[in-house]
Amino acid sequence: MSDFFQHFGQTVAFIAITAVVIGSALAATFAKSIVHASFALFFTLLGMAGYYFLLGADFLGITQVIIYVGGILVLLLFGVLLTSRSLDQLQIRSRASYIAASAVGLAVLAMLWKAIIRGPWQHVTPVVPQQTTQSLGRLLLTDYLLAFEFSSVTLLAALIGAAYIVRRREK
Amino acid sequence: MAIGLEHYLVVGAVLFALGLVCCMARRTAIGILIGIELILNAANINLIAFDRFGTGRFDGQIFAVFVIILAACEAAIALAIIIGMFMNFGTIDTDVADKLEG
Repeated sequence: MSDFFQHFGQTVAFIAITAVVIGSALAATFAKSIVHASFALFFTLLGMAGYYFLLGADFLGITQVIIYVGGILVLLLFGVLLTSRSLDQLQIRSRASYIAASAVGLAVLAMLWKAIIRGPWQHVTPVVPQQTTQSLGRLLLTDYLLAFEFSSVTLLAALIGAAYIVRRREK
Repeated sequence: MAIGLEHYLVVGAVLFALGLVCCMARRTAIGILIGIELILNAANINLIAFDRFGTGRFDGQIFAVFVIILAACEAAIALAIIIGMFMNFGTIDTDVADKLEG
C-alpha cells in the first residue's frame, strides 16, 4: 500500500514538474522580449532541480540551484541589462524564420522520439542511492581526479579570459 | 504507472529541440545563450536519468557535475564576448557581426 502511494506521489510530482519545465521552456523559446525569456528560463532551471531531487541526485539538485539559478541566470540578466540599449529594436526574427526553426526542431524531436521508443533499454531495478555527496566526493578525488583538476584550471582560465576580453582599453 | 527512464528521456528530447529552435530563431546573442543553456540541461537530465536507472555507480552524476562546471565557464566567456560585441558594434544583433563572412 505504501509502495502504491510512493509511486503515485512520484508520478504526480513528475507531471507537475514536467508541466512547469516544458511550459517555461516554451516561453523561453518563443517569448517576444528577451527579459521575459530570461525569467522563463529561471523556472525551467528550478524545475530541472526538481527533477534531480526526484531522481535521487540531491547534491546535483542543490548545485543546480546555486550555480544555474544563482550564478548563470544572474549573469544572463546582467548581460540583458548592460546591453539593453539595443534590445528594444531587436525583438525577434521574422515569423518565417521562427516557423522554419520550429520545423527543424520538430524533425529532430520526431527522430529522438523514434530512437527513445525503439531503444533496447535494459530495465535494471534501480537501487536507491543513499549518500550521494559522500560517494560523489570520493569518486571526484579518486577515479576522476585528473578531470576534476583539469576542470578547475579550465574554470580559472575562463574567468581570467572573460575579464581580459571586457577590460578597458587605453587609447 | 511508475515513472521510468523513457519519461525522462522524452523530457530531455523536448528540451533539446526547444533549445535548438531558440538558437536558430533568435537574433540576439543572449537569446542564443538561453538556447544553449536549455540544450545543456537536456543533456544533464539524460545523464542523471541513466545514472538513476543504470547501475547506480554515480558515473552519470559525475558527468553532470562536469557539464555544470563547463556551463559556468561557457556562460562567463559568452557574456564577456557579448559585452565586447556591444562595445564594438553598439548592438548584440548577430546579423550585424559579419566581418568574418567571406
